[in-house]
Amino acid sequence: MTRLTRALVFVGATLLSASAWVADAQAMQIQPVTGASGVEAWLVEDHSVPVVTIRFAFAGGAALDPVGKGGAASMVASLLDEGAGPYDSLAFHRRIDDLAGQLRFSAAQDEFDGSLRSLKQNLFDSADLLRLALAEPRFAPEDIERIRGETLAGLARQAKNPRSLSGRLWMHDAFEKHPYGSSVDGSEESVGAITRDDLAAFAGARFHRSGLLVGIVGDIDKTEAAALIDRVFGDLPKGADETEIAETKPLDDGALVVSRAAVPQSVVTFGQAGPKRDDPAWYAAYVLNEILGGGGFRGRLMKEIREKRGLAYGVSTQLVPYRHAGLIVGNVATENGRVAESIALVREEWRHMREEGPTAAELENAKTYLTGSFPLGLDSTQHIAGVLVQMQQDKLGIDYLDRRASLIGGVTLDEARSVAKKLFDPGALSFAVVGDPADVEPTRSPRPPKF
Amino acid sequence: MSTFTRNSLILAGLLLFAAVAVTPAAAQRFNAESFTLGNGLQVIVLPNHRVPAVTQMVWYKTGAADDPRGKSGIAHFLEHLMFKGTRANPGAAFSALIAQNGGRDNAFTTEDYTVFHETVAKDRLDLTMRLEADRMTGLVLDDAAVLPERDVILEERRMRIDNDPSALLREQLIAGLYLNASYHNPTIGWEHEMRGLGTADALAFYRDWYAPNNATLIVAGDVETAEVRVLAERHFGPLAARSVPPRLRLEEPPHYAAIRLEMKSPRAAQPSWRRFYLAPSYRAGATQHVYALQILAEILAGSADSRLHKALVLDKKLALSVGAGYSPSALGLAEFGVYATPKPGVAIADIEAAVEAELHRLLEHGVEAEEVAQAARRMQASAIYSQDSLSGPANIVGTALAIGRSLDEVAAWPDKLGAVTPAEVAAAARAVLVERNSATGILLPERTS
Repeated sequence: MTRLTRALVFVGATLLSASAWVADAQAMQIQPVTGASGVEAWLVEDHSVPVVTIRFAFAGGAALDPVGKGGAASMVASLLDEGAGPYDSLAFHRRIDDLAGQLRFSAAQDEFDGSLRSLKQNLFDSADLLRLALAEPRFAPEDIERIRGETLAGLARQAKNPRSLSGRLWMHDAFEKHPYGSSVDGSEESVGAITRDDLAAFAGARFHRSGLLVGIVGDIDKTEAAALIDRVFGDLPKGADETEIAETKPLDDGALVVSRAAVPQSVVTFGQAGPKRDDPAWYAAYVLNEILGGGGFRGRLMKEIREKRGLAYGVSTQLVPYRHAGLIVGNVATENGRVAESIALVREEWRHMREEGPTAAELENAKTYLTGSFPLGLDSTQHIAGVLVQMQQDKLGIDYLDRRASLIGGVTLDEARSVAKKLFDPGALSFAVVGDPADVEPTRSPRPPKF
Repeated sequence: MSTFTRNSLILAGLLLFAAVAVTPAAAQRFNAESFTLGNGLQVIVLPNHRVPAVTQMVWYKTGAADDPRGKSGIAHFLEHLMFKGTRANPGAAFSALIAQNGGRDNAFTTEDYTVFHETVAKDRLDLTMRLEADRMTGLVLDDAAVLPERDVILEERRMRIDNDPSALLREQLIAGLYLNASYHNPTIGWEHEMRGLGTADALAFYRDWYAPNNATLIVAGDVETAEVRVLAERHFGPLAARSVPPRLRLEEPPHYAAIRLEMKSPRAAQPSWRRFYLAPSYRAGATQHVYALQILAEILAGSADSRLHKALVLDKKLALSVGAGYSPSALGLAEFGVYATPKPGVAIADIEAAVEAELHRLLEHGVEAEEVAQAARRMQASAIYSQDSLSGPANIVGTALAIGRSLDEVAAWPDKLGAVTPAEVAAAARAVLVERNSATGILLPERTS
């Protein structure tokens, strides 16, 4: 009883501090910046370390890969720093290394992301390399073949790695024909079919100012930031912001599929349809996900599967909001002989959450954790810049950080229970198991993904 | 029960010492400030006012290399069990309280140190310090808590090692490289020994090593040293210093034969080649080479223009990827690693010959001044980037102190790298890249059908 009382006292105190926190996050101050070119960015100034990070996203990613050319967007990402403008691959790398700049590109299903972290003193020289990479990538045949080789080797590794295999098996099974059913990395066949024209076509079609979202953080002021975005993005074509991806939902047959692999521990991915980011039930679902599948030692699944029974090192779930589909997915890994128990417990907790919803104490604890822990992650220029881009992608408004705590704090017990009834559907919850599980009966054969 | 008793006795007795504190010594890098409590707990404050948050870390100067013979994995197992409660905060109260206060917590174990860390809003530092101080001496364990957690670490081993042929080979290779030295056994433990670990083993290790005089407290974030001093004295000050065993790091006998392991696995996607050489660390072996060896790893494989990447990946087109790795942050010896993954169709022997050709070229002709300067510049930039987070500086400082280095040495790192000469790199390479001191591991896919 003492523990319970103390816990309640702490919750009260923390809610107060969560609002104090928001005031502090506000002090971080996000400023809108517009360059002479019309390109816009969100900026957070922080002059404590002589470092600047710029992160950005172009709308449209791997889901737009042409049919039979899966992996094209991802290969573009790997090739942008392999030579551009006057620099061949080696010269480009030498230049960025001399400037100690950190340039990264990656393709996701719905967008193409990039980032540059630079020492303040080298910022504009590094930014010129970023501009060249986007506007004048070389895609030299020799570099294409080298990156293709690396990509194929990566696919071969994924095909043997139980964790990647389980995730891909689940996604492919859930979305078979939709682009989300294919990996952003493509398959051996599709990567083999990608030509230089495909890569150039992707860059030409996607790298334009319409739909471009930018976040800048660090030792830079508003005037310099405006000059920076003009320098990097100002000469890109205007373009048009079109999307051609169909809305979709994961298969809801509640299947359990198994892919046999000679490993001592079975890896399980599980999930079902969830809310998209603009769903009115998002915040309730976000809190429910924390209560069921929060990491650390917080979630019900962790308590039942790890703490009480020692069945896994970790088990967690997350909401995955694609632009055209929403998911709640999780994973767990348990030795072959006991994995059936873990699967049964996931099912049981899914049913329990649907039928009973959370308790009042669980709801309060989860809200406190989610509001309190979020700002703690805003400690590096890269994290903050990532949040700035994400907020723009999700159309949350520049004042979102001020409102976030009340959006989460406003989820009531009634609302959480009613969303739990709609969200958690044990009949639709499906499992993809990779390993040599005992006492696990597949409901049908998997539709194995191509690697 | 004796744990409880000791805890309350200490509270009365140690207040006398707690007020004694050493004058803060400021170190240039990270603006670190340091003081020591009367019970020997060293406290480091790393101010960072970017966000109103603090990261607290307690570094215990013990790790898997201190596992008693036959008890491999006990240091790591105890790290897990430190979340199982004390009399004051029973059960899972520790993590629950941190989460209920909007914070995050976790822990990790290496060969030489064991670390517990929390990140919280700055006004919660009092809570996290109270909780960490409480479990420094107040841990309560019984079989009901310990046995399910033993299953958890076995699952962790399956996840990290047994399910991954490359990790399995690495484990065997390290055991081969360290014939006698304390790093012979894996940090997580050998499975057959892990299965036998129990409550008494964990408590014995805890009583041996967990004491304020064998720990460093690091607080990074939006705080002032004066504040930290008050809280540290309040919560950690009352804990008694205890005698702690010496950290034995056994030495290697001379190696007369290179180790060579080949493993075939149906779970391996492609062949790979790697080699470790026994190398000095900051604290053991030929320590005069440690900065030159960091530059050497960078020259070999730190960039697209590096020697191995240029020769094997770009020019000869034999490899998909190459790497080199060296971390001198160890109390005993360290290892210098070189890695290569051949392109499909390229024989492992050809990859090995190509790597060796590059190493021989370097041993014979040394390195260029410009290569050394470029490598140093890139690594010095990483020192600036390391300030771009709360945990970066805390990890760097914590690692150094945990192996008995000083804040001054941490501060001097960029200058030490800048002062390395080509002759020193060549001398370091000749001292370390010695075949008989190496262990080479070859992983080959095995067709099952």
